[in-house]
Amino acid sequence: MSWFSLRRLRALLSKEIIQMRRDRVTFAMMLGVPLMQLLLFGYAINNYPKHLPAALVAPTQDRFTRAMVSALELTGYYDFTHTTASAAEADSLIARGEVAFVVTIPSDFGQRVERGDNPQILIEADATDPSVASGAISTLGKVAEGALSREIGRDAIPAPVNIVVHRRYNPEGITQYNIIPGLMGVILQMILVMMTSMALTRESERGTMENLLAMPATPLEIMLGKIIPYMCVGAVQVAVVLLVARGLFGVPFVGSFGLLAGGIFAFVLSMVILGYLISTMARTQMQAMQLAFFFFLPSLMLSGFMFPFRGMPGWAQMLGECFPLTHFLRLIRGVMLKGANHADVAQPIAALAVFVLIFGALALSRFRQTLD
Amino acid sequence: MNVIEVQGLTKSFGTRKVVDDVSLTVEKGEIAGFLGPNGSGKTTCIRMMCGLLTPDAGHGRVLGHDILREQRQIKLQVGYMTQKFSFYEDLSIRENLNFVAGLYGLPPDAVRDTLEDLGLTSRRDQLAGSLSGGWKQRLALAACIMHKPQLLMLDEPTAGVDPKARREFWDEIHELSARGLTVLVSTHYMDEAERCHRINYIAYGRLVAHGTVGQVIRDAGLATYTVETDRPGLVARQLAGAPGVDQVAPFGTTLHVTGTDPAALEAALREAGVAWQPSETSLEDVFIRLMEQSQDNMT
Ligand SMILES: Nc1ncnc2c1ncn2[C@@H]1O[C@H](COP(=O)(O)OP(=O)(O)O)[C@@H](O)[C@H]1O
Ligand SMILES: [Mg+2]
Repeated sequence: MSWFSLRRLRALLSKEIIQMRRDRVTFAMMLGVPLMQLLLFGYAINNYPKHLPAALVAPTQDRFTRAMVSALELTGYYDFTHTTASAAEADSLIARGEVAFVVTIPSDFGQRVERGDNPQILIEADATDPSVASGAISTLGKVAEGALSREIGRDAIPAPVNIVVHRRYNPEGITQYNIIPGLMGVILQMILVMMTSMALTRESERGTMENLLAMPATPLEIMLGKIIPYMCVGAVQVAVVLLVARGLFGVPFVGSFGLLAGGIFAFVLSMVILGYLISTMARTQMQAMQLAFFFFLPSLMLSGFMFPFRGMPGWAQMLGECFPLTHFLRLIRGVMLKGANHADVAQPIAALAVFVLIFGALALSRFRQTLD
Repeated sequence: MNVIEVQGLTKSFGTRKVVDDVSLTVEKGEIAGFLGPNGSGKTTCIRMMCGLLTPDAGHGRVLGHDILREQRQIKLQVGYMTQKFSFYEDLSIRENLNFVAGLYGLPPDAVRDTLEDLGLTSRRDQLAGSLSGGWKQRLALAACIMHKPQLLMLDEPTAGVDPKARREFWDEIHELSARGLTVLVSTHYMDEAERCHRINYIAYGRLVAHGTVGQVIRDAGLATYTVETDRPGLVARQLAGAPGVDQVAPFGTTLHVTGTDPAALEAALREAGVAWQPSETSLEDVFIRLMEQSQDNMT
């Protein structure tokens, strides 16, 4: 008997789909819950973080520039993690989400301060998460003046610094733009992991597992039979969320649709396989549920959905990298709001693919072919 | 070649030994009965033989395939009917059969034929969960012979089924056996034991008797007498504990009195001053005796 047969998979699939359709309550929940959560959280969530990574583009390093930089750091909003002379490099840093700000201090900044000739600073903020930008930007004028007057000396009054702020990707600072794509990831994670985590425990609890195991279905076929229907459910949920995001919240969509679809596919796949993995570990539906929740909370907290990822301490960021949601958020925000290209999202897609492989391999090795 | 040939099967759950050193042989074409009280380890034994549980010790072959290594081949050629109905209650009769047919790679008319044989063609869209016990059992049997297995393992197939359906079920099993199928059927009904070619009796995880019904009764070496009385309760109490008397079982106004030593038994009956006559030992008398014996061995 071969390890895979399309006929057997088809039999498993049609059985699962019939069962899913008959379970009206669950079926309604799979479509209703995403919509409800989307509306609820979409309108409700807001936040104000500090200590965000920033890139400094400063071709010259005179004392005024240094004073400016240390004053900015003192505000607590900026942590200069990258210093570069190249505007292009800074641009790609912000596009990839590695920094939340790019502060450009032009080479003639010092000269202009001394001449009293309207010195300029350019601050570009990643406003996909508008809360990130708002606090950091609002206090800037005073900070700059204070720094320069200390540097020049007590008596002289420095010329006012002209601070140019570019809110990138989300110029009006609308929270929903950031929340909605993230919410899509959270909703998909919750529904898909929860549903698939019951896949095998349901069979065990109803006593049908014994029969299933007594028949010639292979572990791979059983797994595919369980996860493919939920991938379709995921696709419907994605469509609903995207339509609402566009129609109700007016979230812009500037990126490539193909990239978005690919990213969503990888994420949905990693979620249903994770759910299935949980289901191979749990003995009862109750246990499956507990395991799923054990996973949800840290994933929500550390993925960058609740708090800006780069604003978390280093260890938390490292932990955060272990959740598929983290990578999906980078990907979907990048593609939907920033128009990220293939190179920009290659890393999150690769990360999601790794999760799929790891979860899949674990699930297949955990699958018990006997009732022991 | 014997269809089932397993030696020394042993299985513990936690610290409890549920099956202890069970060896079993079933010849081709026979209906082998697997008897024993509830919890004696029948289901566990059957699961080990069809590859659903890994034995802690023991080895053997089913249809020539090693039970430890060739579970896949065993699954393809064995029809296993679980004790509890384990098809999908939220699927219709036809959908359940389609599912089984798909997994075994059977042609679509296999389902149609099965529905016809069952006489369920008109009810094929009814949910399996809404069927009565007897119909569920017929559906389960039909589903597990659809792929034309060479060996059927039926785990208490008639539990909770009315007598008429039970009778029909056994007729069908005999028909299948006549066509060359080997059947291992577990039960705890005594009358069903008599419908098997050979029986294996398991008590507290140990195989304590096997052979034809006649052999098992003879091997037990019991003498049985019947006592006619109009006060069965009183006489039973009087006999119960007397030397030589192992069992007293009332059947209406008749008492079955059983013991291993006929002379001692007759003495006890004379003592009680009742009218008695020799009788045949029944399988039930033997099984109760075997069960008590193995319980004594356990403690
Ligand atoms: N998976 C299991 N885990 C723990 N105990 C079990 C398990 N399966 C069966 N048992 C126990 O093993 C004993 C024998 O069970 P079983 O084989 O079902 O007996 P039978 O089929 O003869 O009634 C019972 O006492 C039962 O409680
Ligand atoms: Mg049983």
